Amino acid sequence: MKLGVLFSGGKDSTLALHKAAEKEEVACLITIFSKNKESYMFHTPNIELTALQAEALHLPLIRKVTAGEPEKELKELEKAIAQAITRFKIAGIVTGAVESVYQAARIQQVCNRLDVWCFNPLWKRNQQTLLEEIVNEGFKAVISGIFAYPLDEKWLGKLLDEDMIAKLTVLSREYGLSPSGEGGEIETTVLDAPLFKKKIEVLDGEVEAKSNSGVFRIKQARLTEK
Amino acid sequence: MILVVDMNSEENSFGFSEFVLPIVTVAQELEQCIVKRYFEVNEKDLKGYDKVILSGSALKNTVTLGQTAQFKWLNNCHKPVLGICAGMQTVSLVFGGRLVKCHEIGMTKITTLKANPLFSSSFNAYTLHNYAIVPSAEFEVLAESAKCVQAIRHKQKDVYGVLFHPEVRNKEVIQRFIQAFP
Repeated sequence: MKLGVLFSGGKDSTLALHKAAEKEEVACLITIFSKNKESYMFHTPNIELTALQAEALHLPLIRKVTAGEPEKELKELEKAIAQAITRFKIAGIVTGAVESVYQAARIQQVCNRLDVWCFNPLWKRNQQTLLEEIVNEGFKAVISGIFAYPLDEKWLGKLLDEDMIAKLTVLSREYGLSPSGEGGEIETTVLDAPLFKKKIEVLDGEVEAKSNSGVFRIKQARLTEK
Repeated sequence: MILVVDMNSEENSFGFSEFVLPIVTVAQELEQCIVKRYFEVNEKDLKGYDKVILSGSALKNTVTLGQTAQFKWLNNCHKPVLGICAGMQTVSLVFGGRLVKCHEIGMTKITTLKANPLFSSSFNAYTLHNYAIVPSAEFEVLAESAKCVQAIRHKQKDVYGVLFHPEVRNKEVIQRFIQAFP
């Protein structure tokens, strides 16, 4: 079965892509670029980098820009999936949803309308073991967004590794943060993963942060040999 | 020991991680589980288990609904059974119920109609279905949403069905089913 992956460039959608590729043929990536910073569906720091990530993965990318009004952005998603069905003959969509019934239900509705399968291979997975799997499988992901107390700018741009997981686990116990950022506390950007044919090198980036909210914006990056 | 029946057909390669594993994760906190594909289960197999849970499946995976002969063992099963979504639809069909088109996706208000060991009052639950059921006279309706029947119980057996997915936001429903029949 040919599948399209809803791809934000973060750890969850990249892991979902890997799960999909183990069992089926991934024919394309689909990215929704929301201009609304409050979007619950699609807002992700460094979403522009998905073009370079798609190049690193040797996969075509369908990209739609939306102003980010809640129901209109779903229309853009529907158009993007419809385009993927026509261009790449996909029969299903893969998402990196873990806990969000808000996101999962809306994507299920769109897929149902278009009569394609909707797969959520990470659904209800233990968030701690997901983080461990990402690190153990060789993903190189940096923290590109922090949006909760007591996270601060020191976290931004740091590589997600075993030490980082240990720190997040402590914060999860002490402050009730979702360890993998499923509640939107943390966003990540993947620079390398097993299916990347080349890795991404960040040439220029900047931290924009105010107390417990901030992003690591990648301003310039390139592909390099692994 | 709980038998968890995987209701996903071969073509749905991700059904296990999405619809079966979350049930097993909840159930295993209380009791050991074994998972079998639906076409591997027969009457003889049931001897080794105390309870049976039938999983849900992807929206587009309606294969089991056309294969009720595979579930004849349910007629002679005297163990407690809980069917979830596709599992509930199949249980209902095996006992003479019928399917009706009914589309619900997302958090849905469920209202309890009859006292039972699994849930009470009104609550929100995750739904994901294009079909609901009209149960046969052998069943009583335990709960409904604004659109359709959401939970049933056999009048003579400990056979339950819920159309919503309790493994998503209502784990206690699965836990209470397990604890109700020690």
